[in-house]
Amino acid sequence: MVPASSYLVLAAVLFVLGAIGVLIRRNTLVMLMSVELMLAAANLTLVTYSRVLGKLDGQVFALLVMAVAAAEVAVGLAVIVSLVRHRDTTDMDEIDSC
Amino acid sequence: MEMVVFYALAFLAVASGVGVIAQRSATRSALFLLANLCCLAGLLILLNAQFVALSQVIVYAGAIVVLFLFIVLLLGIERVEEGPGTRKAQGAAGVLLGVLLLVGIIWALLSSPGASAPALVRTDNVREFGELLLTDFAIPFELAAVVLLVAIIGVVALAKKRLEG
Repeated sequence: MVPASSYLVLAAVLFVLGAIGVLIRRNTLVMLMSVELMLAAANLTLVTYSRVLGKLDGQVFALLVMAVAAAEVAVGLAVIVSLVRHRDTTDMDEIDSC
Repeated sequence: MEMVVFYALAFLAVASGVGVIAQRSATRSALFLLANLCCLAGLLILLNAQFVALSQVIVYAGAIVVLFLFIVLLLGIERVEEGPGTRKAQGAAGVLLGVLLLVGIIWALLSSPGASAPALVRTDNVREFGELLLTDFAIPFELAAVVLLVAIIGVVALAKKRLEG
C-alpha cells in the first residue's frame, strides 16, 4: 500500500522540476514544455486527493485541466511561430533585447 | 507489488523530468516529456483513475507532444540553446529558488491534515466518471468545449501570415 503522501511528494518534485525549467532555460519551446510538466504534476495531485477523499470530482477537474493545457499549448506554439517569423529566434534573452 | 511499481514509475518520472529541463536539444526534451507523461499515466492507473490515465496518454502524448515535435521540426530550431557556462549564476539561482519552493510545498503537505493512507475502492471508474461529467459537471464540460473553440480561432488568427495591402 503506497501512502497518499508519496504521490503528493512526487507531484511536488515534478512541479518544482517544471518550475526550475521555466526559470533556467532560455529556449521558449522548452519553457513551454516545462509548463506542461507543472500542469501534469498538478493533475497527479488532483487525482491523489480524489482518491483520498473517495470522490471523483478531482478526476473531473484533472480532465478539465487537460483540456485547458491543450488549448494553452496550441496558443503558445502559435505565439512562438509568429515570434520566430518576426524575430527569427526562440531565445528569450534575444527576444527581450531587440 | 504496488510499492515496486510505484517506485519504479516515480523514479522514471523524476529522471525523465530532469531530462526535459537538462537536454540541450528541444527534440530530446520533447521525447523526455513523452516518457514523463507516460509514467504519470501509469501512476494514475495505480490511483484507480483509468479514464484520466487514458486521456492523459491520448491528449498529452498523442496530441501535445506531437504538436511540440511538429513545431520544433517545422521551425528548424533544434539547437539554439546557449553555450555551456554562460549562465551559471542564473541557473544556480533558479535551482535554489526551486529547492525553496519544494521545501515549502512539502512542509505545507506534511502539516496539512488528512493526507494519510487512501481508501482503495474498486469501482467502475469510467461509468461513474461519465455520469458525473454529464450531470454535476455538465456546465464546466461544455465550457471546456468553448475554451477549445476559442483557442482554435486564436491560433488561426495568430499563425496565419499577414495579408499584404
